[in-house]
Amino acid sequence: MAFDEYQKREFKQVGTRPNRPDGVDKVTGRAMYGADMTLPGMLVGRILRSPHAHAKIKSIDASAALALKGVKAVVTGADFARPEDDFLRDVQENCMARGKALYDGHAVAAVAAIDAATAKAALKLIKVDYEILPHVTDVDAAMKAGAPIVQDGRTLENVPAGMSGNVTSHSEFGHGDPAAGFAKADKVVERSFKTAATHQGYIEPHAAVASVTTDGKGELWCCTQGHFFVRTLCAGMLGMEASQLRVTPSEIGGGFGGKTTVFIEPVALMLSKKAGRPVKVVMTRDEVFRATGPTVSTSIDVKIGMTKDGRITAGEAYLRYSGGAFPCGTIDMGGQAAFAAYDLEHVRTYGWNVLTNRPKEAAYRAPGAPQAIYAVESVVDELCLALKLDPLDVRLKNAAKKGTKSSYGPTFPDIGLVATLEAAHKHPHYTAPLGPNQARGLSCGFWFNFGGNTCVSLNVNTDGTVGITEGNPDIGGSRASVSLMAAEELGIPYEQIRTIVADTNSLGYNDVTDGSRVTFAVGLATIKAARDAVRKMCQRAAKIWDIDEEAVEWKDGAAVPAGPNAGKFPPMTLAEIAADSFATGGPIAGHHEVNVDGAGVSFGVHLVDVEVDKDTGATKVLRYTIFQDAGKAVHPDYVEGQMQGGAVQGIGWALNEEYIYGKDGRLQNAGFLDYRIPVASDLPPIETVILEIPNPGHPYGVRGVGETPIVPPLAAISNAVSRAIGTRMCELPMSPPRILKAIGTTA
Amino acid sequence: MRYLAAQSVAEAAKALAAEAGVTRILSGGTDVLVQLKAGMVEPDLIVDVKKLPGMREIRAEAGGFRVGAAVAGAELGEHKAFCAAWPGVAEGFQLIGSTQVQGRATMAGNLCNASPAADSVPALVAGGVVARIAGPDGERDLAVVDIPAGPGRTNLKKGEFITSFLFPARAKGASDAYLRFIPRTEMDIAVSSAAVNLTIGADGKVSAAEVALGAVAPTVVRVPEAAKAIIGTKLDDAALAAMAKACEAACNPIDDKRGTIAFRTHTAGVLACRAAHIAYERAGGKA
Amino acid sequence: MKKLHISTTVNGDPAEFVCTPDESLLDALRNRLGLTGAKEGCGTGDCGACSVTVNGRLVCSCLVLAAEVEGAEIATIEGMADQDKLHPLQRAFIDHAALQCGVCTPGILVAAKSLLAKNPEPTDEEVRYWLAGNLCRCTGYDKIIRAVQSAAAEMRGA
Repeated sequence: MAFDEYQKREFKQVGTRPNRPDGVDKVTGRAMYGADMTLPGMLVGRILRSPHAHAKIKSIDASAALALKGVKAVVTGADFARPEDDFLRDVQENCMARGKALYDGHAVAAVAAIDAATAKAALKLIKVDYEILPHVTDVDAAMKAGAPIVQDGRTLENVPAGMSGNVTSHSEFGHGDPAAGFAKADKVVERSFKTAATHQGYIEPHAAVASVTTDGKGELWCCTQGHFFVRTLCAGMLGMEASQLRVTPSEIGGGFGGKTTVFIEPVALMLSKKAGRPVKVVMTRDEVFRATGPTVSTSIDVKIGMTKDGRITAGEAYLRYSGGAFPCGTIDMGGQAAFAAYDLEHVRTYGWNVLTNRPKEAAYRAPGAPQAIYAVESVVDELCLALKLDPLDVRLKNAAKKGTKSSYGPTFPDIGLVATLEAAHKHPHYTAPLGPNQARGLSCGFWFNFGGNTCVSLNVNTDGTVGITEGNPDIGGSRASVSLMAAEELGIPYEQIRTIVADTNSLGYNDVTDGSRVTFAVGLATIKAARDAVRKMCQRAAKIWDIDEEAVEWKDGAAVPAGPNAGKFPPMTLAEIAADSFATGGPIAGHHEVNVDGAGVSFGVHLVDVEVDKDTGATKVLRYTIFQDAGKAVHPDYVEGQMQGGAVQGIGWALNEEYIYGKDGRLQNAGFLDYRIPVASDLPPIETVILEIPNPGHPYGVRGVGETPIVPPLAAISNAVSRAIGTRMCELPMSPPRILKAIGTTA
Repeated sequence: MRYLAAQSVAEAAKALAAEAGVTRILSGGTDVLVQLKAGMVEPDLIVDVKKLPGMREIRAEAGGFRVGAAVAGAELGEHKAFCAAWPGVAEGFQLIGSTQVQGRATMAGNLCNASPAADSVPALVAGGVVARIAGPDGERDLAVVDIPAGPGRTNLKKGEFITSFLFPARAKGASDAYLRFIPRTEMDIAVSSAAVNLTIGADGKVSAAEVALGAVAPTVVRVPEAAKAIIGTKLDDAALAAMAKACEAACNPIDDKRGTIAFRTHTAGVLACRAAHIAYERAGGKA
Repeated sequence: MKKLHISTTVNGDPAEFVCTPDESLLDALRNRLGLTGAKEGCGTGDCGACSVTVNGRLVCSCLVLAAEVEGAEIATIEGMADQDKLHPLQRAFIDHAALQCGVCTPGILVAAKSLLAKNPEPTDEEVRYWLAGNLCRCTGYDKIIRAVQSAAAEMRGA
């Protein structure tokens, strides 16, 4: 496996900024997204959703809808077999309720009709007899004795007895003895925090076109972060064999984790199966907010002890996450991430997942980490203020580094936290003067990063160009970075390579585009597929030169003879070998299949200046600088893009974004008008500083970069606002009414 | 649903009056289309009034301006003389929605949608603007302040619609300003808002004033006590404090997803004072 | 619902379609004329992904009735390039990596073109406010602002 490991090298193409291959299609309106696909004879599918937060579905009468001219099929939960697997069953019941509607917006039925107007009219004719049940949407309320129980019998054995039936799982991480650590502290701060559920807010609503034929074959086009996983889920729900369901991903209009599962896809397939025609289902924005996967909402207590000189003696966190109406494992990632930035002798986190009548959580950029780290970084900031210590010095003093036993178990290899902290310290932003009502905040951020199952094919064309087939939808420019890595390895120009994202029949299984894994894992597989092709091209050259294979090596895009007995031959370029390939053994291709390990963790530090209008509670972000370790920035434009985009999502989370539920348990702000994501005029330029501390687990040192940047903004802005107003803010978002209330201006 | 692009005011009024079902007037359409999309309304008849004569004109009248009811925000914003005379009206109108929405949104639509948070309305109320209304029985004039009846309701009768607004002649030393509070910098509905229209005398003191608040009551409200508090002053601290207090007293807001009662009440006073400052400076006053 | 027959001009070419009276211009462009460059991100005028111009005025096509555009001139993203020559804004967006997923890009380009026609030398703040109705969730807007300014400079001949 030595081949996998990082080797220092001079890069010729990796690290440059060529134009992305999908650029022209995207600037001319030609790129095909989920809703842009049409098929002959296609029907329009629409979904009926529960208006109630919690209700028993006593009956569904679709006879009037089916009698409407132009209606071709109606689907309800009864059309799906009940999967034995808990996970699959939860996903399916989230796509189509069975027995109970568990949240406002939960799908209860669907129709396929000849046009949108007919489908809409048909939805109104479906009679659902609900028995409304008491509901609970707040995580703390759901943990109380006597709270309405969202789903019975979902509690795992590790949950201590006596807790509410809504608590589904418990987890603990850490080491040492926090009580002993707190005893050594000069100052201990304990605080409780709440964070609202937020949504990924991708601009493209979910869309799917399904076509199932009577011989059991299915085609599905959809916008997804992982079409292989879509196939697994849909095939499981429809009782299809994987080989018979081909899933082709469209261009994807943003995902951020929210398109890593299915919502409408199995419904579209079932409608098509029943109607015998292709069916297109496109969500409205209202449906996206009510019925896809927002983040967990949380309630967190953090206790940290510190000595006068800024050494953290112990940290403890109690985390209560609600991933909505279904069991959710995100709490474990929150518990593991909370103290990851610190080298601690005594640290422990306790986590509970709690059911509420909210939509089923889906991943959102570093799921679970922003909330936990927000709480920890807020308390660290409060300690710095109380002990009059520089917040960067304190973080440097306690920073996790190579050899640190992390708070969640593993011992860190080379990591970049200290380098990012030092870069922040040196940066002019850190010492720039501040005006009245202005303050500066900072926070560390962390994400684990993942590798996973990956399969790449690389085809050498006879004209000397190369086609790469990979299986991960491109959400952030990965086709460009994959092409760059192949160009680097093969020694041919980037422009001569074309990378495409292929359907589920064209490659072995590829895990979802998540966990910041694509540039890392697909990159690694691409490099190794290129090496496979290089090995084959060297064989061909050896054959032509009639020398031993071992006597040929690859240099600057050409086979060259090597070693004392190889003889003297001029270099044979990739193009020359490719041109002769039919005569030397046939087409040349490289492949690589792997379950990649070794994704290096990623750290970042964000600095932010804010100004608070103390008469209105409005916060203006004045200046923002990001420092992050990318391992190796393959295409720096897109690394910066991830840093900037993630930070701005975090800014939205900190200041304005939240799921607001009414007393009736209905979502009050299911649209971009009142779910307020940042607009261009809200923001300053977002400055970026990329650090490159190579990941030992990747041949080029690459680390995932996509998720870490959403983590620090929550605490960085909260710390800045708290300093500006002189009061610690403990709830997100810090909407203006909350800030005025904290200041004491309003009761 | 039928769509009628009316060619004359009479045709539009007649069609609206004759329709037994639900009707909607399409001016800029930025509210109507949202309601259609959400299924909040299923009209039987939509009458497009944009192409009626005069509906998109801005012309001088009686020393002031007559502004057609279907003039879009972007169009009004390009009219230099109007914006110089009524900067508060222009800024309120142009705060509605995005650049794209500005290409379509109209004051008449904003007024008749009858949201208490309508951005263009407080400055129209503070400016004493009068709407001209066409209907099956002919024309009538009605002050803007009297048009909203409550959230989503107006005092217009069946078949009636607004054709224009008359902005009175400006006295020397008169100007206005509008401010709203929103959580972001753009794209939100006002959480609270305030318009101040005032005139400064030769002595630099406010000689006349009107104050109107938005999003703090079922309709936009005039606050004569707030105006009284600054008349005869140069907006000294005591006058502004009295003004803020009067504004707070006039508030009767709701708690909702956009803001709390306490927040709306407090910020209405803050915004009124800030708007008064801006209007005062625009009118040539030196604080 | 009885359909209406509409004659209009799209990107300089005559275009005709039938539509229902409650159909939006966006739906007519996408579903009747096959011009899927304008996207529906919200359908309520809050995201700007469906931006087009009607008689030169920037609008959200989701907030325009298809029935209204009889005789109008419509410009969409599909007409922005001059045949095989990209508009400077289109080139700048590629060169400055001002797009990631790209779904907001058509709307932003149409809106930015409309800005530069009105104001060839905007400040960053003017660009940000003009584009406030075009939501982008990927980029944080930074590279978009730089790309618009770069294209503006090129178009001014600077």
